[in-house]
Amino acid sequence: MPGATQDRRPASAQAFVRQGPAPAQPPPASESFAGGLRGNLFGDWRTSLATLAVLTLVGLALPSLLRFLIFDAVWSAPDGELCRAPGAGACWAFIAQKLPYFIYGSYPESQRWRVDVTMFVGAVLIVWLLWLDAPARRLAAFLFFVAYPLQGFILLHGAPALGLPRVETHLWGGVFVSLLVASVGMVFSLPLGILLALGRRSRLPALKLACTGFIEFVRGVPMITVLFMANTMLPLFVPEDLAPDRLARPLIGVALFASAYMAEVVRGGLQAIPRGQFEGAAALGLRPWPTLRLVVLPQALRHVIPGVVNSFISLFKDTTLVAIVGIFDFLKTIEAARQDPAWAGPTISATGYIFAALFYFAFCFGMSLYARFVERRLGSAAA
Amino acid sequence: MSDHMSDPAQDAEGPAIEMIGVNKWFGAYHALRDIDLIVARGERIVICGPSGSGKSTLIRCLNRLEAHQSGRIIVDGIELTADLRRIDEVRREVGMVFQHFNLFPHLTILENCTLAPIHVRKLARAEAEELASAYLRKVQIAEQADKYPGQLSGGQQQRAAIARALCMSPKIMLFDEPTSALDPEMVKEVLETIIGLAEEGMTMVCVTHEMGFARQVADRVVFMDDGAIVEINRPEAFFTAPKHERTRLFLGQILK
Repeated sequence: MPGATQDRRPASAQAFVRQGPAPAQPPPASESFAGGLRGNLFGDWRTSLATLAVLTLVGLALPSLLRFLIFDAVWSAPDGELCRAPGAGACWAFIAQKLPYFIYGSYPESQRWRVDVTMFVGAVLIVWLLWLDAPARRLAAFLFFVAYPLQGFILLHGAPALGLPRVETHLWGGVFVSLLVASVGMVFSLPLGILLALGRRSRLPALKLACTGFIEFVRGVPMITVLFMANTMLPLFVPEDLAPDRLARPLIGVALFASAYMAEVVRGGLQAIPRGQFEGAAALGLRPWPTLRLVVLPQALRHVIPGVVNSFISLFKDTTLVAIVGIFDFLKTIEAARQDPAWAGPTISATGYIFAALFYFAFCFGMSLYARFVERRLGSAAA
Repeated sequence: MSDHMSDPAQDAEGPAIEMIGVNKWFGAYHALRDIDLIVARGERIVICGPSGSGKSTLIRCLNRLEAHQSGRIIVDGIELTADLRRIDEVRREVGMVFQHFNLFPHLTILENCTLAPIHVRKLARAEAEELASAYLRKVQIAEQADKYPGQLSGGQQQRAAIARALCMSPKIMLFDEPTSALDPEMVKEVLETIIGLAEEGMTMVCVTHEMGFARQVADRVVFMDDGAIVEINRPEAFFTAPKHERTRLFLGQILK
């Protein structure tokens, strides 16, 4: 101990005056990344055993998985003949051939450029919105939330006056319908959820009761029930010629269902805001709405990013349920395509479902990664 | 109500704060009991007393963070009632500093200071930022303007909170135990900031346990116990010759 007095009596019995500085020293090796890794993987015989067991399992599963997915897979074939050969792996040729159907459903071939344009515009706007440092994000928000739905509807559904023939929604299908249902659900569920959460915390008893009742009722029934109700009951409440389109009904159902869950997520965030924040704002003369908008919601929503993303992910996967009311979403198109006798074979179903799994995983994991990035960004801001 | 506002000359003559027979209950608990207190313009009042005596409740009634149930509270000529416009008017005139700062953690120090000027006083952003920078310099944390509250020490946060309140150009400042949540070595810097304000003639009401501070800046010290005002006196008289037995007991416990 350089600088310390060389007294060896017990600490309680000695006075101490430091003679020199106490410079910082590097941490022991076990604190470094490599050192930590070694300790965690092979620290003692138990961790070593666990590590070896996991490696063995991966070693057993990986080769056959790779063989099926890549080495023995059929990458191109005119029909199912090659895929039926014994020992053949995944039939990617099937996916390649049916890909247009998976993406567009029964949307007429000559009109598919309309879907392409809509998806492209949507992708550009979403990247613009999600890129936190992008210029003019307000404009992006306006375009995405106001202009884009109009453009999308006109382009997809058609406007004979503009020379775009009508494409009825029963022809819509595939990835594009799945993305449509998911994005409508997400875009509506967050603001609706915020309103419901605020309503549930309201001091006005009627509003509170209505919001609580809605949340509890919608959360208390299965999504499939909500979809059936939307499908069969919505037309009963409105005049016949105003009855919502058969695709719009499940869209409404999904949005309402998701908003009930979102409301509870947001309410959790609102409850985490200490009373001092409301008082600090009130003492500055801020009224309740500006307080909510400027002080409370920005903090509450930050707290609940993981919950919101969790809801979005489960909503994205729940969109597969719209098949039950006759909407040809992506999973349903795979279901239909694997019945094609030309491609009948032992690996077709597995290939189709693996492809579906990859699709859903790519989107959900993407959302998860983006949320993590945002959390880290905001976390460093409000340390 | 407009007659309160339209005649500044009369305003200037009236007291800054009048509390007349104020009572307040939390449920069945009688938290404030027949409070009578008049604070003159430019006067510095320190309120002390044991915890639970109603000091904080009293000060929080002055900008209606708590509503009183009987009696009258008139701040800067405006009587506080359930009328939201009057509450807004009073809050525009009265700044408050809290024990736990209550800064907005998602905003930088500068944004904390410009929020109310922009959204309540409707100043332009540039103007509000200029104002905020001036007050941040005054409380000597100008170099922290772009940091977030969580990155500052407690003393710096409390000085930021003072600057935030000053940005609304209040006529009256309320301090609710401004140093109670601070580490001992940071108490001084905050008290010095408050003393600086006091020397400029700001009307202030301060709840505190810092008796040295009370002795130094207070024009009058108010001692409360069990929701009632027990004794009001000039600091030298209060500390050297307390009249009420309860005051003597309290001072005996905190001063050696």
